[in-house]
Amino acid sequence: MTTLLDIKGLHVAIEGQAILKGLDLTIGAGEVHAIMGPNGSGKSTLAHVLAGRPEYEITAGSIEYRGQDLVELEPEERSREGLFLAFQYPVAIPGVANLYFLREALNAHREHRGEPALDAPAFMKRVRQEMTKVGMRQDLLKRDLNEGFSGGEKKRNEIFQMLMLEPVLAVLDETDSGLDIDALQTVAKGVNAMRTEQRSFVVVTHYQRLLDHIVPDHVHVLADGRIIHSGDQSLAHKLEAEGYGWLEEVA
Amino acid sequence: MSDAAQAVEELSKEYRWGFVTDIEADSAPPGLNEDIIRFISAKKEEPEWLLQWRLKAYRAWCKMAEPEWAKLGYDAIDFQKIIYYSAPKQKKKLSSLDEVDPTLLEAYEKLGIPLDEQKRLAGVAVDAVFDSVSVTTTYKETLAEAGVIFCSFSEAVKDHPELVKKYLGTVVPQRDNFFAALNCAVFTDGSFVYIPEGVRCPMELSTYFRINAANTGQFERTLIIAEKGSHVSYLEGCTAPQRDENQLHAAVVELVALDDAEIKYSTVQNWYPGDDEGRGGIYNFVTKRGACLGDRSKISWTQVETGSAVTWKYPSCLLLGDDSVGEFYSVAVTAKRQQADTGTKMIHRGRNSRSTIISKGISAARSHNSYRGLVDIGPKAEGARNFSQCDSMLIGNQCGAHTFPYIESRCPSAVVEHEATTSRIAEDQLFYLRQRGLSEEDAINIIVSGFCKEVFKELPMEFAVEATKLLSLSLEGAVG
Ligand SMILES: Nc1ncnc2c1ncn2[C@@H]1O[C@H](COP(=O)(O)OP(=O)(O)OP(=O)(O)O)[C@@H](O)[C@H]1O
Ligand SMILES: [Mg+2]
Repeated sequence: MTTLLDIKGLHVAIEGQAILKGLDLTIGAGEVHAIMGPNGSGKSTLAHVLAGRPEYEITAGSIEYRGQDLVELEPEERSREGLFLAFQYPVAIPGVANLYFLREALNAHREHRGEPALDAPAFMKRVRQEMTKVGMRQDLLKRDLNEGFSGGEKKRNEIFQMLMLEPVLAVLDETDSGLDIDALQTVAKGVNAMRTEQRSFVVVTHYQRLLDHIVPDHVHVLADGRIIHSGDQSLAHKLEAEGYGWLEEVA
Repeated sequence: MSDAAQAVEELSKEYRWGFVTDIEADSAPPGLNEDIIRFISAKKEEPEWLLQWRLKAYRAWCKMAEPEWAKLGYDAIDFQKIIYYSAPKQKKKLSSLDEVDPTLLEAYEKLGIPLDEQKRLAGVAVDAVFDSVSVTTTYKETLAEAGVIFCSFSEAVKDHPELVKKYLGTVVPQRDNFFAALNCAVFTDGSFVYIPEGVRCPMELSTYFRINAANTGQFERTLIIAEKGSHVSYLEGCTAPQRDENQLHAAVVELVALDDAEIKYSTVQNWYPGDDEGRGGIYNFVTKRGACLGDRSKISWTQVETGSAVTWKYPSCLLLGDDSVGEFYSVAVTAKRQQADTGTKMIHRGRNSRSTIISKGISAARSHNSYRGLVDIGPKAEGARNFSQCDSMLIGNQCGAHTFPYIESRCPSAVVEHEATTSRIAEDQLFYLRQRGLSEEDAINIIVSGFCKEVFKELPMEFAVEATKLLSLSLEGAVG
């Protein structure tokens, strides 16, 4: 098993306040890791730090991704190197057509890999292929990016982008919240279809329900900036039934 | 400080058009007096009535004071240091592009408008004004077949004096303002367009102006007349070489639309903006005004302003005809130490006259960007309507955006709506786009283009692309 991502003793602060306090996590190629934990425990912070959000300051620790120092890379370089973040709260960008943006993004990735830019017909062919997988509606593609999208439509759009960009490591931050039951299954199907020996997923969620569809190899509990407990899928069931209280006694 | 703001700090764009063409010029000595005006008029072999018209304007100008009400700060202009006439030396009249000085053609090529390329480009006729004299006019024949007159202002004075005499100074009176009066006295050339009754101009008309010789003020004049039921779309594009001293550009544009006529006037302005410390750059003081004289006539201004050190410009519409329509779509980008005070005036006099104002101001670095607009509705303009929307976007936190909307309505049945917003490029928008693989620079460009979309879609297709490119050039280096 090759290691894809290796986080060691990670401390992160924002505006001087410590959020992550010594987090360790190793993800092998092809694995699915679920991260659960109480509100405000630092799950989104971890996701953003992996993607390189500038406001977060890494005060200690290291992150190695595909054998390179991830911290050294700009957010766009991480993206082109295959790191994808499905945002918990995707932002709207008025005046920028969804498809136009996506084509720019895809071609930036292709350029990085030394591949020629996709022309309009080839791009549209890919779009049609992927949009049916997640039940993306045509009109959402033509609209401005996330502008006026419903909560569920935004999440679906995130997964659609993931399918288009074919990442190596996808971090899904609460992609299941706000999705109706059918959408949840469609999204899970999209993710499962992408699972390969090389591609890994970090799935942040509050609900064991998603993990019935996307079966994780490991489940971690993040509390107060640290991973305090890890287990297999059964841990998710236990958390669903009993909450986080019992862990405090364990910890 | 945030990354984006810090990046803006480092904003520095190399001006891509900063070359000087070495062509022998035929110039007047610097300074301004009645003799200089006589010299210009004589050089241009003008009729006596035009010389007298110039002198009248000059005498009026001498008594006028430079306006100070705009939110602009710049060193006083020494009008006695400016050269008011400079023409490339030409041996003989030119009948085709092949005879044009190759250095000149090269200059155009650097500007990205190779004329022979333009010739092939479907439907774009170019009247190129190099310094003061129109060098070459293409597409004349096709236009002549439609009865359209498109020529340099000097030619119009010679060949169509009755039209020039009838309309010159009727939309922008000589004493309208300090810079307009100066232009009337010393204007050297410009463009003239006449569209006969019922004719739809078969192509976009386009003029590229370029200031070349050092210390030369450029004072061009444009006059467009659209007869009843005619239609024309006109585009001007501007760049100027890079120099340490400031250069003055004071143009006057007059548009006349008769019954059911429509004039669409688009500008892409990219004069040299000066360097990061505010040295050099064009002072752009321009008076543009259109008169919707006829019923159901329409005048539409679209401008993309990315250049100049100082811009003072208010393309306006006099809506005199009943059911006449005025539109103003503007994108003004300021970076470095640029200052722009721009907007429009919609003067409603006709019944049911309507106007729309969409203004998008983008300020970066240490620049200042002001929208100044007047909606004036007269007592007889029953049913008049105006809608104004003024949006500002700030990049970084050392720049400024200001909005000065003036509304004067003396007609109870008129409806005036005004909306204004100010936004900042949000860090989370930038981060989202970068997370998808776009560079910070591309991300800013995409956000800014999106912000300007409503205006860009008003530009003719081929120029919308150019405008988008210019926008990204202006903001180039806005990120580190
Ligand atoms: N910009 C900020 N300024 C100050 N504190 C912040 C900022 N961003 C996050 N925090 C704090 O960091 C902590 C962790 O936030 P984070 O979003 O990572 O939690 P989370 O585990 O994703 O929670 P949820 O389950 O509610 O999504 C919270 O206490 C939050 O208030
Ligand atoms: Mg979260």
